[in-house]
Amino acid sequence: MSVLVGKDTRIVGQGITGREGTKHALNNIAYGSNYVAAVTPGKGGLTWEDKLPVFNSVHEAVEKEGANTSVIFVPPLFAADSILEAIDAGIELVICITEGIPVRDMMPVKDALKKSNGRTRLIGPNCPGVMTPGECNIGIMPGYIAQPGKVGVVSRSGTLTYEAVYQLTQRGHGQSTCIGIGGDPINGTSHLDAVKLFNEDPETEAIILIGEIGGSAEEEAAAYIKEYVKKPVAAFIAGTTAPPGRRMGHAGAIVSGSSGSAETKIAALKDAGIAVAPTPSEIGDTLLSIYG
Amino acid sequence: MNIHEYQAKELFSQFGIAVPGGQAAQSEADFESALASIEGDTIVVKSQIHAGGRGKGTFTDGYKGGVKVLPRGEAIEAAKSMLGNTLVTHQTGPEGREVKTVYFTEASDIQKEYYLAILLDRATSKPVIIASTEGGVDIETVAEESPEKIIRVLIDPATGIMPFHKRQIAFGLGFSDKAQLKQLDKLLTGLYRMFWDTDCSMAEINPLITTPAGDILALDAKVNFDSNALARQPDIKALRDLGEEDPKEVRASDAGLSYIALDGNIACLVNGAGLAMATMDIIKHYGGNPANFLDVGGGANADQVTEAFKIILSDPNVEGILVNIFGGIMSCKTIADGIIEAAKNVDITVPLVVRLEGNSVAEGKQALSDSGLALTPADSLADAAQKIVKLVADQKA
Repeated sequence: MSVLVGKDTRIVGQGITGREGTKHALNNIAYGSNYVAAVTPGKGGLTWEDKLPVFNSVHEAVEKEGANTSVIFVPPLFAADSILEAIDAGIELVICITEGIPVRDMMPVKDALKKSNGRTRLIGPNCPGVMTPGECNIGIMPGYIAQPGKVGVVSRSGTLTYEAVYQLTQRGHGQSTCIGIGGDPINGTSHLDAVKLFNEDPETEAIILIGEIGGSAEEEAAAYIKEYVKKPVAAFIAGTTAPPGRRMGHAGAIVSGSSGSAETKIAALKDAGIAVAPTPSEIGDTLLSIYG
Repeated sequence: MNIHEYQAKELFSQFGIAVPGGQAAQSEADFESALASIEGDTIVVKSQIHAGGRGKGTFTDGYKGGVKVLPRGEAIEAAKSMLGNTLVTHQTGPEGREVKTVYFTEASDIQKEYYLAILLDRATSKPVIIASTEGGVDIETVAEESPEKIIRVLIDPATGIMPFHKRQIAFGLGFSDKAQLKQLDKLLTGLYRMFWDTDCSMAEINPLITTPAGDILALDAKVNFDSNALARQPDIKALRDLGEEDPKEVRASDAGLSYIALDGNIACLVNGAGLAMATMDIIKHYGGNPANFLDVGGGANADQVTEAFKIILSDPNVEGILVNIFGGIMSCKTIADGIIEAAKNVDITVPLVVRLEGNSVAEGKQALSDSGLALTPADSLADAAQKIVKLVADQKA
């Protein structure tokens, strides 16, 4: 009852030997996520936290431990290289938590993803990760806010995801999978991609889509939902009060000229028949007014 | 990160993009030599601030025009009127910006004006070059009114700019003269290389001009850079002019906080960029006006929370504060301790509403309540927003 990650996911942590990476990977393992290896170039042969073998390359982690998913905590100027290495090693799902990767570095990454012909999917960068409650949590999302269930959640923002997921859980509704796609202008998986996954997943009954100003990913998802999605969808868009031309924390959250405004996105979502929450406090209730 | 026009043109020159001769000066003492280094009987005197609309702007002392085309003999007088003066344009807000640099350039005879820019196309994740025969005007207007006059050429980052890209642009703009095609080829190569090598977010030439003699020149230059890349671009980073940025924003970025000043009266302190935006939105939704965007990040410590309060309170418009924290991995107790610590160091004289949710929320709320601080606790974000809007309104009544 999930997409992307579950009990069979075999995780390699790139850059988890650092302080932040160690903290979050240990949290993930405590949740029950199946980490099989760590990769830190130059530290191959060591053992991480008495738990995992450390390798010099992702290729070795794939070959020796059968890793099929990678999570990246590598510093921003080196993270694109780590993503490319994971793609080259044939990893199926790469989840990049790192914030602050230069846009220029992400252009070749996007190209390499395309050339992998669907073999590798990237989530992020600048994202909180992916969680299938009760099975697998990869990244920095707090596990306790979620419970297994049938609502798929996709969001560009970490804390807004937590807000929505927690509202659902408190109202007795669990989640199939929570996907944080990240706040950067170039990301691996879009709202549209995530909505398609949830739409095709028989165990996902309803969808929450959380967006924000900048780009047109929400509009693209709305057009698809209007045409193809019969499951109930609720949404929230952050940034109605954001001034144009300013980057609101996330590198991708910027209204440029006439494009990327919250108003345009909300109008597109409403036009697609999606229930749009008027405030972030009402994301859960907005979905439950049309589902459950 | 933005830079000044004169810095952008120096960068253009380094990458082989032709610009009119020019020299910047930061003091009156340098005006003579700056002027002497450029040619012509007519001189353009340009105020250097990070805002558009300079030509139509007015200085706070009543002097009109931040960009002037003058006989050489009058250039220094105009520069003196601009330097140290505060220029107000439609982009600066009523407070305007102080002119600390004046840029003297040669005046160019214009045969025709074009528009040329390079930026990231988010839809394809590739650089896109945008060109138009409609130069010297607002490109957004052109895009709306006559989209057929806009040429868009996507560049594959794997190959970089190729001759066929340059031909698409040159022929699309109607160039046919061999010498001009050659100039344009060099200019486009330089523009793409600059975009890629210096981690530009956008480089815009508006207008790009042809002169009666057939030269192609960048008459204006607007360049900004990817802040995420500055760590590997020390030469670009050195061009940053802190005087052009809100001091509160500079202070915040030094403390690892993300802060943007707005014009309302209810400050907010939030963790996470999306939630911070949503907090501004909900304040507005309940009839208030947000004073700022502030994201303290996922791992904020007591020092950062203290600094955040100081920055918020240095804004004289602030009449109330809303703290909204969703503790994910971070414990609400840590944030509560940070607020208590901050309150010891900062005199908080305006109403303060605190909404904590998530990890260790009970301990966090207990700590705040035990501290005896004068604050109003709130349960949901909606509850918090309604409370702060009411408290601010009540103190005015």
